[in-house]
Amino acid sequence: MNSPAQRNIPSRGTILLEFLGSMNLAITLLVTVAVASVVGTVLQQNQPYQDYIIKFGPFWHEVFKSLGLYDVYAAGWFLVILAFLVISTSVCIYRNAPNMVREMRQFRTRVQAVSLRNMHQVQEWHADVPVDALEPRYRAWLRQHGYKTRSADHDDHRLIAAKKGSWNRLGYIFTHTAIVVICLGGLVDGQLPVRVKEMLGQIQPETRDIPASQVPEISWLPEGNPSFRGNVTIPEGGRAGIAFLQLRDGYLVQPLPFTIELKDFRIEHYVTGQPKSFESDLVIHDPEREQPVEATIAVNHPLIYEGYAIYQASFDDGGSGLSLTAWPLSHPTLDTQKVETAVFESLEVETPAGRQTLEFESFRPFNVNPAPEDSDKQFQNFGPSFTYKLRNAQGEAREYENYMLPVELEGRKFFLSGVRENPNQPFFYLHIPADPAGSPQRFLAFNALLRDEARVREIAAETVRQTFSELRLQEPGMVEEVTATMGRLVRMFARGGFDGIVEQVEATVPEDRRMQVIDAYMKVLRNILSALYAEVLRAEGVDISEGISERDSRFYEDTLNAVTALPLYGSPFFLQLESFEQVQASGLQITRSPGKSVVYLGFTLLMIGVFMMFYVRQRRIWVWLQPQLEQTQVILAGSGERDRRDFEREFTQLYQGIRRAGESG
Amino acid sequence: MSVTHDQMMQELDERPFLQRLGAFEWIWALLVVAGSIYAWWHYHTLMDGYEVAILAGTAIALVAWGWCWKPVRPYTLAVTAISLFAVWLYGTDIGARDSNFFLKYLIASQSAIMWMSALYVLATLTYFFATFTRSEFSGKVATAMTWSATVMGTVGLMVRWRESYLVNADFGHIPVSNLYEVFILFAVITALLYLFYERKYQTRALGGFVLLVISAAVAFLLWYSFDRGAHEIEPLVPALQSYWMKIHVPANFVGYGAFALAAMVGVAYLIRNAQEQRNPQAASGSVLPSLEMLDDVMYKSIALGFAFFTVATILGALWAAEAWGGYWSWDPKETWALIVWLNYAAWLHMRLTKGWRGAPMAWWAIVGLFITLFAFLGVNMFLSGLHSYGEL
Ligand code: HEM
Repeated sequence: MNSPAQRNIPSRGTILLEFLGSMNLAITLLVTVAVASVVGTVLQQNQPYQDYIIKFGPFWHEVFKSLGLYDVYAAGWFLVILAFLVISTSVCIYRNAPNMVREMRQFRTRVQAVSLRNMHQVQEWHADVPVDALEPRYRAWLRQHGYKTRSADHDDHRLIAAKKGSWNRLGYIFTHTAIVVICLGGLVDGQLPVRVKEMLGQIQPETRDIPASQVPEISWLPEGNPSFRGNVTIPEGGRAGIAFLQLRDGYLVQPLPFTIELKDFRIEHYVTGQPKSFESDLVIHDPEREQPVEATIAVNHPLIYEGYAIYQASFDDGGSGLSLTAWPLSHPTLDTQKVETAVFESLEVETPAGRQTLEFESFRPFNVNPAPEDSDKQFQNFGPSFTYKLRNAQGEAREYENYMLPVELEGRKFFLSGVRENPNQPFFYLHIPADPAGSPQRFLAFNALLRDEARVREIAAETVRQTFSELRLQEPGMVEEVTATMGRLVRMFARGGFDGIVEQVEATVPEDRRMQVIDAYMKVLRNILSALYAEVLRAEGVDISEGISERDSRFYEDTLNAVTALPLYGSPFFLQLESFEQVQASGLQITRSPGKSVVYLGFTLLMIGVFMMFYVRQRRIWVWLQPQLEQTQVILAGSGERDRRDFEREFTQLYQGIRRAGESG
Repeated sequence: MSVTHDQMMQELDERPFLQRLGAFEWIWALLVVAGSIYAWWHYHTLMDGYEVAILAGTAIALVAWGWCWKPVRPYTLAVTAISLFAVWLYGTDIGARDSNFFLKYLIASQSAIMWMSALYVLATLTYFFATFTRSEFSGKVATAMTWSATVMGTVGLMVRWRESYLVNADFGHIPVSNLYEVFILFAVITALLYLFYERKYQTRALGGFVLLVISAAVAFLLWYSFDRGAHEIEPLVPALQSYWMKIHVPANFVGYGAFALAAMVGVAYLIRNAQEQRNPQAASGSVLPSLEMLDDVMYKSIALGFAFFTVATILGALWAAEAWGGYWSWDPKETWALIVWLNYAAWLHMRLTKGWRGAPMAWWAIVGLFITLFAFLGVNMFLSGLHSYGEL
């Protein structure tokens, strides 16, 4: 009937509101946020850019970087979607809440009989009791069953309107308000000021690894910064008045209004060697206070100080002192050296392969590993170890892991030293056999002798002469030749192990004679090697007149294996840890999050709201009472929108109950 | 629809709730309270204030649960009796699990869990058998098997709790700390939810479907323990040493269990739906419940899961605030919890305000299970993060 012109044309604002509060948008947003969130879990966030470049190549790295995929949850587009969700939810509340509150309060005492009869659940009957007597009974019954009632007189009838579970609507309001509250609270804590400042170019993350005192002004945040989350590592006995905030590929420095001193750090371990607990004894020095504040923190037990929360986050080495001996491996002419250093220090060393840098990285006071099957213990402690990198002039580094004490394997003891070329590989271990004195000396002596060409020649000549005289051979030329061959074989062996010799033969000897030649070479080599070993034993003062003991010959085999592995080991020296002085450091996380209480308010609303929405059931019941002489005509109708099935059953009961209530008394 | 006499009587009872409680209800409450006081008296020196509060809360919840759903009482009593028996058999010697007959073959945690596994798988088959042969008796057997499996699973967890202290007093902790343990929890909770709906809706036709998920969980569990030795009791990393774990994890698994149940009801829905579309007449003879009812169970289950998942995620955030220094860090596990939550929020809106019903919602519930599965399992396996239980 209305012509288009007469109809209210909605204003732009209304249309916008309609759109923002629409269910379609809401559902779309819910799903969009979910999908967008996936991205940040599949792609590891906030890694150094270098790692991403290696992984994706420079082109995709640029693309991903500009899309903000390395820090999705702080990316502009993600925040915009969240903002839309908040706006949409707010509009939704704004549009629905007033109606809901009104509806919660209203009893709806003006309902036509027709509407009642159209309801899902209806019963009609005649009661033998007049309206005035019936009404209080029905109302009492309803009240007893949790309904609130109100009745109204109309011309020819009286209507009891009853309801319960109106709180359900409040549940809606709570839940949806909670979403808005949580998002706003989260925004306060989301380092927004930092991001804004960065966008305005007022701050810039520092990417170099330099002491805080050298970090330029532009990477410092103001002391009063209301919300941040930073880390700092303090060695025992040390102090810090700053925290570092990770920001993409760099960091910012956050000064604190107090300094934190680490008095003591304790770490307890399970028998398995896994950490059981860590605790830090902290002293907070606050210029505002006369007395420093002492506190002990542990994982799951932070300290809250003046709105700053201090958490036990991790632990590290605090620069443990290491006393080392460097034994030359590849060149016997180098001297054995004593080195005094500490974790995190580095040293320049001159090696035959040029200038190299030693970077000491970590120290562990013990290493617990599962014990071998046949042992009666479950775990075995391998003792202290330390790691370092050996970096050459080109910047390439190999990483080493050395154990201080010899480790028992299959009844023999070895000094273990692991090496790898990149951190993703497992360590390859060099097994240096420990001599009866528990030191690597004998192995090192043998190895040194092996590389001392003059001595090798002497011993070879002596061996050959002796063998020839035992065989009664008289060929001086042969002596020279065999001695020279021995020297050559030892040199090859020292450089490339047994494999080196095999390779050499394969390169120079025709295929059909190779096996023979290799066999012959090995025999000769074995001869001279055992002569060298005998020499080492003799020098050590071992009596070998009765032959070599089984233990010493085992040692010999282990030594040959280790020498064979040396080319892969790739270091010109072996670093042996003589003693250490452990210094631990505690990793603290320091945060300030003023939005937390807002968020927690939201959490509370959400939990209450969700349960109210699902488990407070909304019910409305109407009883229409129409006098008919001494009798009353009753129409009982009800609605329970959300769960018709349950309501159907409930209504049957209600009908029987209320009808009986009217009859009795 | 068939309703038991018992249920009719209960529903027609007009007295207010508290007056309706009979002697058994009060005895039940008394038992629970007495048990909790005993536990407190025995262990209070080892508990902090929060743990005492959790114990009290558990007692209240258990009383209320037993009042609202009667089978809880025999279930709890059986679990308690068997667990105490096992604890008594153990004494202070963990070695008893290899030397004592009862422990070795029945109720040491490992054995109980094997029984649970076998019974769930058998129950699955029996439910399907009962449904297709319409055998009332087999159905009852299946229900009994499911209850027994659930009792054994719970006993397994309880005894494991004790065993963790026997292995090494330092290791002791509630067994909800790693994938192996929570898989058992998942199976038990899903079964309990199912048993609740079975009784409420008086149908066993869904048993096979729901237990199929449980059987899958059991298969994973067996592979995980035989292939990976996951059943070994390990000490707790410091980050997990918190009372929060005791409430956060179980709340989560009510959520996971309910979502799993909803998805399997969704499968039943789709089958019945296909039957009806192919032949509207034959559908009335279907062994599956009506579409309307399936839809109802699916909704209720998702609603329940959503409510508990909301609580669990919030508890997780509160815990994170205490352990990691922030209530939200966008850690992969957290983020996936949010994804799961948003997904079901969208599902609920679709149904409630757009009035969607039918096959699309069933499909969505099934997809939801995969999303949930990823949050629950995939994140630990494929993504790194603070929840990998390896760090700290
Ligand atoms: C993160 C955002 C949101 C969450 C987590 C959320 C959650 C919920 C939940 C759990 C329900 C109850 C469903 C049920 O009882 O089955 C619900 C209902 C509802 N939601 Fe949302 N919601 C969100 C955003 C929105 C938005 C943006 C709108 C506006 C279009 C909206 C409108 C509604 C409406 C109208 C209801 C029905 C209330 C009723 O009749 O009881 N929701 N919401």
